[in-house]
Amino acid sequence: MKVNVHVSLKSGVLDPQGRAIHHALEGLGFSGVNDVRAGRLIALDVADDTSDEALDEMCRKLLANMVIENYRIEKVG
Amino acid sequence: MAFTAGVITFPGSNCDRDMAVAIEAVSGKPATRIWHGDAALPDGLDFIAVPGGFSYGDYLRSGAMAANSPVMRAVAEAAERGVPVLGVCNGFQILTETGLLPGALMRNAGIHFVCREVPLIVGNDTSLFTAKYSKGQEIVIPVAHHDGNYYADDETLDRLEGEGQVAFRYAENPNGSARDIAGVLNAKGNVLGMMPHPERMIEAAQGGDDGRALFEAVFEGLSVA
Repeated sequence: MKVNVHVSLKSGVLDPQGRAIHHALEGLGFSGVNDVRAGRLIALDVADDTSDEALDEMCRKLLANMVIENYRIEKVG
Repeated sequence: MAFTAGVITFPGSNCDRDMAVAIEAVSGKPATRIWHGDAALPDGLDFIAVPGGFSYGDYLRSGAMAANSPVMRAVAEAAERGVPVLGVCNGFQILTETGLLPGALMRNAGIHFVCREVPLIVGNDTSLFTAKYSKGQEIVIPVAHHDGNYYADDETLDRLEGEGQVAFRYAENPNGSARDIAGVLNAKGNVLGMMPHPERMIEAAQGGDDGRALFEAVFEGLSVA
């Protein structure tokens, strides 16, 4: 089973990388970019019988730092 | 009395030798070097230092992989028994990732790696680590990091300030850290994490010796205990 884990900073946590990307986009002349948040995509290939609980635990224990980050689990096939 | 200090080395640590040299310079006793793969710590450690560097290449997040290594489980157990633990720079990041200290270290607000001496204000002068400084004292210690931007939610920050757990603050904030926090203690006061490198300021030849008092405080504090 292919699973994508999307890790992003919690809203309200300042995102210096997102801000720098935003600034760079404006520097390239792209207008109308309201905000940029940078995150991380972790693509897992796991056994088909992997439970949702196990995926959740992987995210909480390692893939995301719950102090500053949220995660979203997306099963892609 | 016997004073046994241990310095952990991960693949990618690069301040472990400096840390060991600083400990020996102050205590007169060589520090035990401990490899990250060791699941058990040597018996009778009085003090554990988690040094700076780029453990496991800082893959995933700074300190995240090291926090899950066998030796850090042993360090966490020792800390819970009350053994003093100092984490500097990457060591601070590792201690937050293990949950031994609150908060997280994010990418510097200015995006760039910052490597320079910074003035710090001592925020606590009663802990094992800071007893030889005085509250409000300004000291100069170098920083060298990319991810030193301390973050915790407001409730946690209020608690840290209220309980005297902010050991050091930046007089000039180099990285965007919340409330200028440069170093924090755990609630029990036996774990200190800080981004600046006290082990690089042990004698005048290094450009200053403001870091020496931290190691002296630990050594003397444990010697009279």
